[in-house]
Amino acid sequence: MKVTDIVNPANLVYKKNSVLNDLPMHYCPGCSHGVVHKLLGDIIEELDIQEQTIGVAPVGCAVFAYKYLDIDWQQAAHGRAPALATAIKRLLPDRYVFTYQGDGDLAAIGSAETLHACNRGENIVIIYINNGIYGMTGGQMAPTTLLGMKSTTSPKGRMYERDGNPLDMPKLLAGLDGVCYVTRQAVHTVGAVKKCRRAIKKAFEYSALNRGTSIVEVVSTCNSGWKLTPDGANKWMVENMFSQYPLGDIKDTIQAEKK
Amino acid sequence: MLMKGNEAIAHAAIRCGCDGYFGYPITPQSEVMETLMELEPWNTTGMVVLQAESEVASINMVYGAAGCGKKAMTSSSSPGVSLMQEGISYMAGAELPGVIVNVMRGGPGLGTIQPSQADYFQAVKGGGHGDYKMPTLAPASVQEMADLTVLAFDLAFKYRTPTMLLADGIIGQMMEKVVLPPYQSRLTEDEIRVKCPWATLGKPHGKKPNHITSLELLSEDMENLNKRLQTRYRILEKEEVRFEEIACEDADYVFVAFGISARVCQKAVEIARNEGIKAGLLRPITLYPFPVEKIKELSNRVKGFISVELSAGQMVEDVRLAVNGKVPVEFYGRMGGVVPSPNEAFNALKDKLIQ
Repeated sequence: MKVTDIVNPANLVYKKNSVLNDLPMHYCPGCSHGVVHKLLGDIIEELDIQEQTIGVAPVGCAVFAYKYLDIDWQQAAHGRAPALATAIKRLLPDRYVFTYQGDGDLAAIGSAETLHACNRGENIVIIYINNGIYGMTGGQMAPTTLLGMKSTTSPKGRMYERDGNPLDMPKLLAGLDGVCYVTRQAVHTVGAVKKCRRAIKKAFEYSALNRGTSIVEVVSTCNSGWKLTPDGANKWMVENMFSQYPLGDIKDTIQAEKK
Repeated sequence: MLMKGNEAIAHAAIRCGCDGYFGYPITPQSEVMETLMELEPWNTTGMVVLQAESEVASINMVYGAAGCGKKAMTSSSSPGVSLMQEGISYMAGAELPGVIVNVMRGGPGLGTIQPSQADYFQAVKGGGHGDYKMPTLAPASVQEMADLTVLAFDLAFKYRTPTMLLADGIIGQMMEKVVLPPYQSRLTEDEIRVKCPWATLGKPHGKKPNHITSLELLSEDMENLNKRLQTRYRILEKEEVRFEEIACEDADYVFVAFGISARVCQKAVEIARNEGIKAGLLRPITLYPFPVEKIKELSNRVKGFISVELSAGQMVEDVRLAVNGKVPVEFYGRMGGVVPSPNEAFNALKDKLIQ
C-alpha cells in the first residue's frame, strides 16, 4: 500500500477539522486542553462561523489557545476574559464570542468579572476548564482543589479550616437569571467527548439567541500537576473529581421551555 | 454652552465618534458616565455605554473594544486609576489604542475627594509594569476637556497606545463656556478593517487570523516588541509636544504648571508683573511627551523656574532634568486637596527664587 492510497479521499475515515491548524500543541501528553480545542474547532466548522467567531484566551496553560484555532483571538489579563468578551459582544452583537478560562482564572482572580458578565446576561459562551489546580505555574492550590488534595502550596493536602471548601462556580452562576445554560462535562472517554461536543455546540447556538450566558465546564485532568500518568490521572478524576463536580446539565432554561 | 468639565468630556466623546464607554462611579468624575447615560448616545450614534462592576473590569472592557479597532474610553479618579494600571500596561504591550480619563483627587489611599495632581508620576512614568509610556494630556479649562478628549483619541490611534487625559478635580467640576467639537461619524466595520488591519472583527475568508496579545515567551521577540514601542515613543517625543507660553518672551522667572495650577499661576504672573517682576508661565499641555526642548531653550535666557503643583513635587523633577543645572529650579506645592491661591504662588516665587 502506498501513501497515496492511505490519503485517498475515498479511504478517509477521520479528518481533523479545518479550524484547528497544524501547529504542534505545547500541552502535556494526556492534558484535556487539546481535546477541548479540537471540539471547539469541530463546532466552529460545523456551524460555519469561523469568520464570525472571536475567542478570548486566558492566562494559564491555555494562554496560547490563540495559536491553535484559526479564528480571531484576544488574549486577556488573568481573569479578565469575561470583561473583554462583554465589550466585544456589545460592540459586535452579531459575532460569536467565547472565553476559554481555567479554574484559577475563572474561579479565583476573575471571579468578579465572571459573576458580573453572567449577571448582566452577556450573550457569550464561557468554556471553563476545571482541573483543580494551577497547571501553568507548577501545580499550586486553586479554589477548586479538592479537600485533602495535595498541591505545591498545600503539600499536606487542602484543609477546610485554612483554605475553605472547593468552589463550585457553575452551580453558583446557575442561580443567576442572566445565565441560560450551565453544564458540566468531561473528555476522558469517547462517550464523554461526544457529550461534551454536543454541549459546546448547544452553548454556541444559544449564544446567538440573545438569551444570556452559556457556561460549559469541562472537568479536566492535569497529570503533570497531579503527578500521575495520563491514564492514572483519568482514573483519579473519575474516582475523586466527579463526586465533587458531578457531570451533567445544571441549568438549561431554553430546553426547559420546550418541555 | 455652559457646562462642567466632566460633562464636556461626555459630549466630546459622543461627537468624536466614540464607540464605547465603560466606567465605574467615583468622585469627582461621576458626571462623565451620568451625562452619557442622560444623553443616551446608543439611540443616536450607536455608542455603547456600560457601567462596569469595577475599574478593573472597565479598563479590560476598553481593551476588548480596542482590540476590535473600536474607539473606546473609560474615566475614573485616582484610586480607580490605580486599579487600572494592570490593564493599561496590557494595552501598551498589546499596542491597543484607548482613552483613560483621570480626574485626580488627593491621595495616597482613599485620600480625599478634593483636587490633586499627585498622579503625575503614575501617568507619565508608566504606572503599570514594564517599559511603556503613555501620551498624557493635561487640560486646564472646560474647553480643553472637550478638545483634548478628541485629540486623545487621535493620538491613541495614530500611535496605537493607551492615552490619558490627566485632569484634576477642579477642571472636572468647574463650569465654563465651551464650544463643542463638530460631529464625526463612528467608523464602519469596513473602515476599521482598512484603518486597523490588526483588529479582531472576525477572520475574513482566506486571511490569517488576528491575535491581540502582549505575550512573547522568547526574550528576543519580547525585546523586539519593546524596541518597536520605544521607537514609537521617540517619534511621539519629536512630533507631539504641546504647550502654552504666557509672557515668556521677556521673562526673568518662569512658572511651570499644568491644569488648575496653571490657571492659578496665570494670575500669579499678573501679580508679579504689577510688582515689576518679569514673570512668565510655561504650561505643558502634553505631560508626556514633556516640553523638554522648550524648557532647555528658556533655561538659556531666564534666571530661574518654579514648578507649582498640587503634589509634593513630581513634575519639578522633569523640569530639573530639562534645565540640567543651568539655573535654579524651585518647587511650590500643596497636597491633600488644597489649592494654592495666586498670591501664595507669587510669594513662593519671591521667597524661593528672588530673595
